[in-house]
Amino acid sequence: MMKLLKLVFRNLIGNGLKTWLNVFVLSIAFVLIIFMQALLQGWDRQAMADTVKWEIAGGQYWNAKYDPFDPFTLDSAVSELPKQFARQYETGQIEPVLIVSGTIYPSGRSMPVLMKGIRPGQKLLELPTTLLMNPTDSTDIPAIIGSNMAHQAGLTENDIVTLRWRDANGTFEAQDIRIAGVFKTFVPTVDGGQIWLPLDLLQKMTLNPDKATLLIKSKEVNEAPVAGWDFKDVKELTKTLRETLRSKAVGQSIFYVIFLLLALLAIFDTQTLSIFYRQREIGTFVALGMTKKEVVRLFTLEGTMNAILAIVLGAVYGIPLFIYFAVNGIPMPSGTSDFGVAISDKIYPAFPPKLIVGTILFIILVTAWVSYLPARKIVKMNPADAIRGKI
Amino acid sequence: MLTKIMAQNSIVEVKGLVKRFPMGSSGFFTALKGIDLTVSEGEFMGLVGPSGSGKTTFLNIIGTLDKPSEGRVDVLEKDVGSLTSKQAAQLRKEEMGFIFQSFNLLPVYTVFENVEFPLLLLNKSAGERKKRVMETLEWLGLTSKVDSRPAQLSGGECQRVAIARAMVKRPKLVLADEPTANLDAENSHNILRTMLKLNEGLKTCFIFATHDEKVISYLQRIVHLEDGRIAKDMKVRSSGTL
Repeated sequence: MMKLLKLVFRNLIGNGLKTWLNVFVLSIAFVLIIFMQALLQGWDRQAMADTVKWEIAGGQYWNAKYDPFDPFTLDSAVSELPKQFARQYETGQIEPVLIVSGTIYPSGRSMPVLMKGIRPGQKLLELPTTLLMNPTDSTDIPAIIGSNMAHQAGLTENDIVTLRWRDANGTFEAQDIRIAGVFKTFVPTVDGGQIWLPLDLLQKMTLNPDKATLLIKSKEVNEAPVAGWDFKDVKELTKTLRETLRSKAVGQSIFYVIFLLLALLAIFDTQTLSIFYRQREIGTFVALGMTKKEVVRLFTLEGTMNAILAIVLGAVYGIPLFIYFAVNGIPMPSGTSDFGVAISDKIYPAFPPKLIVGTILFIILVTAWVSYLPARKIVKMNPADAIRGKI
Repeated sequence: MLTKIMAQNSIVEVKGLVKRFPMGSSGFFTALKGIDLTVSEGEFMGLVGPSGSGKTTFLNIIGTLDKPSEGRVDVLEKDVGSLTSKQAAQLRKEEMGFIFQSFNLLPVYTVFENVEFPLLLLNKSAGERKKRVMETLEWLGLTSKVDSRPAQLSGGECQRVAIARAMVKRPKLVLADEPTANLDAENSHNILRTMLKLNEGLKTCFIFATHDEKVISYLQRIVHLEDGRIAKDMKVRSSGTL
């Protein structure tokens, strides 16, 4: 093996510029693959962390009738808070959320919204719910909305807007609410089309005293079965998010797969041409005492060595780049919140060892394969003809 | 008794060698039509004949690069027809040297690396490789070209490197296919004198395939091939008489 490696190294170095061009293109593919994967992993981690912080916490109990994709279930998907969690409500380890559909009329337009009631003093989610705490003498209905929602509705802090809803008896009610705060979040599912209100007020407004649609629990609270409520863990609640991220990853993968294919094509092409142009050399190797299998191994190793050199070259310029982006992050252009998944204004790529080792192995294996394919032809060569270059 | 001694010293023994090549959809072309020949250790002999007479085919079979269709060919006491490709490669690696018409030097290697190559295949240590390569290059007057690449050498120099590569492992048998075909007269004579010197000094057996008169004038034994058969086999001089 050492003998073959020595020969491979000599051949590659002897091939000069051709070798270095292949190695350079492959190294770009290698760095790009790791970078894109790291970016997606970083995005994935941030999106998951943000979603957990802003919406999910340690999991949720859903009212058995609650279906987030069917607004008509909202009226019936409310029930009294389970007694078994009384202590956890008091300590703030479980936060009830009441969800009711309504309509706001900003600037004379009508806009359907989800009214979400949450306790102003909650600490489970990152939502700035302290803004929902009214001074004792105020009769305002304070509400907070996300920046995306504010943009859509043309609302700013302290604006007054009319809100209409139906109470538990089906009676339409309307009242002005005050936008007590506009928060910026990277989690669109707590922002678009939603108005956050004080829970007790919303319960009163909708005649749903002590009722909620879902319960958000902290990580410390153990999961327990509750009649009429279904528990959804973090994994289940982030399933859609993960699927969305995966579908976006597939889209982005096409870019680097094309690049990798180009690099592999260059290696395949070099190998095929090599085997054609180096017939005499192959014949000479055999005449001097190498078996055809050894020559196949030599050519396969030669192609594979391109990948190893590419990894070394890629590491030289890739590692400083990776460190820079991992520390400083990559600014995302404005408007990326329209992606439909949580995306912050800066993404910090993540480089777990599994990703690096996996990519290295993947590129080496694929390169070995494309190097082996043309090298197989050597076995069929007649060495006597090859020596004279007559194939 | 004499026959027995001859047989013991023989390096190549060929009996009833026939070589056919497939041609077209069903036919065959017979390149060698029943060759019988014995080559002894230390001979400096040539297979001579016009193009298409079967010289190169014969040389390839002796060199275990091809197999006989019929008959038996023993090279260094090994039956070429029954050798596996691995055994044949081993035989070439350990006991044979090849010199080709177009030199067949490895273009990306230096002179040193080209000559070193057979020793690398034999897993010789770096120290031994260096010693033997430098010694061989010195015989052939190539010490000043150690770091040159084949593209930087003249035809004569390339062929001397090829001879050095063939000789560096001290083989028992060297097969040379038209070694002077790409050389001018002066270089041809230089090369032939070098090979003759090696033959006489190291007792290495040289078998040439040639139709070059210059080569023929150096041979001790000439085997004329015509249309795949031996037409004449004559000893033209004794060793050391040139």
